[in-house]
Amino acid sequence: MTPPQDWALYEVFVRAKRGLDHKHVGSLHAADAAMALEHARDLYTRRQEGVSLWVVKSADIVASAAEDAAAFFDPAEDKIYRHPTFYDIPKDVETL
Amino acid sequence: MYTQGLQEAPPKAASAVEDSERMARFQARIDAEEKIEPKDWMPEAYRQTLIRQISQHAHSEIVGMLPEGHWISRAPSLLRKSILIAKVQDEGGHGAYLYSAAETLGIARSELIAQLLSGRAKYSSIFNYPTPTWADVAAIGWLVDGAAIMNQIPLCRCSYGPYARAMVRVCKEESFHQRQGYHAMLSLARGTPAQQRLAQNALNRWWWPALMMFGPPDTASQHTALSVRWKIKRFTNDELRQKFVDFTVPQALFLGLTVPDAQLRQAEDGHYQTGPLDWSEFNAVLKGNGPCNAERIAERREAHAAGAWVREAAIAHAAKRAARAVA
Repeated sequence: MTPPQDWALYEVFVRAKRGLDHKHVGSLHAADAAMALEHARDLYTRRQEGVSLWVVKSADIVASAAEDAAAFFDPAEDKIYRHPTFYDIPKDVETL
Repeated sequence: MYTQGLQEAPPKAASAVEDSERMARFQARIDAEEKIEPKDWMPEAYRQTLIRQISQHAHSEIVGMLPEGHWISRAPSLLRKSILIAKVQDEGGHGAYLYSAAETLGIARSELIAQLLSGRAKYSSIFNYPTPTWADVAAIGWLVDGAAIMNQIPLCRCSYGPYARAMVRVCKEESFHQRQGYHAMLSLARGTPAQQRLAQNALNRWWWPALMMFGPPDTASQHTALSVRWKIKRFTNDELRQKFVDFTVPQALFLGLTVPDAQLRQAEDGHYQTGPLDWSEFNAVLKGNGPCNAERIAERREAHAAGAWVREAAIAHAAKRAARAVA
């Protein structure tokens, strides 16, 4: 028997209902994108969990590195003035 | 359907060269109930423990399709047949979710499947028992899936994110499995004397193997301490087994069936105490000497080999379409 050639790995995103974002639910193997969509339907929406599916080849996803997360996200850390709660407004000022 | 505390060589201890500072950060994150995600640093023993546990769990789902699958063509009504097809399809789905979670740890699904087919990997020993009657299918749903739920609900809070998320999905679907099994059991228990006998005999066959699904007693379990510290495991084998017994005995009484344990009694604190479990049987099945070990693996190998042309043809077809799109 020839050694098995695994089908490509795809990540699956499901929109649970209109108005919501697509959300990552897992991955699966498929020979091509059309098959990935059908497999995603059978695997992740057997109980009507979705109204729309995205499949993306896992190899095509560019991700930030976990070990660099602290430094990578550091620029936002000391900018508390970006949050509305930073500002003390006198009580008399309403509707603000 | 299920994972159990299978016993193998304990995981390699973390090598001394592994950075103790990173180790401390890793443990602190787990202690703080934060999840570990695929790209995070993790001790090699944690990775290996998870690969082993998740893949054994996945294999159990896949092999678990066989004992019930044999009854699809013989289910007693069209409705029962539809239900059984849906359940067996779910088990295949659970296997796929779990292989997907295992792959995030850096091992290919093809490698995991090769481990199963070569007999190197283990799967839950419960699936090495036969299903001689329709009542066995009902008993599997009620007892085996019931025990599985007991085991799997704590895994939804496992420290490894992809495993925990897969288990949330599995648990949502598992409740249907148990309820349809109990429902089928109830039909038999309320049926003719012959049907009642079928139900009782199936309970007799599955009761003890179901209790053994929780793995060896705590006194003999090698993995518990480390797995508890890493929050892969939240309860010990004996704790989960006790909970299952307490839930299940009243369900059996409601069916009008007798639990096949002469020593079973309810203690003053409300817990049911069982007689001793025959661990020599468990170990024999685990070692490959159960009633159906050889048959199950042979059937998986045959299915894998028979499907090879489909896998290859799909790749050839995809390549042809891609070439046409370029042209």
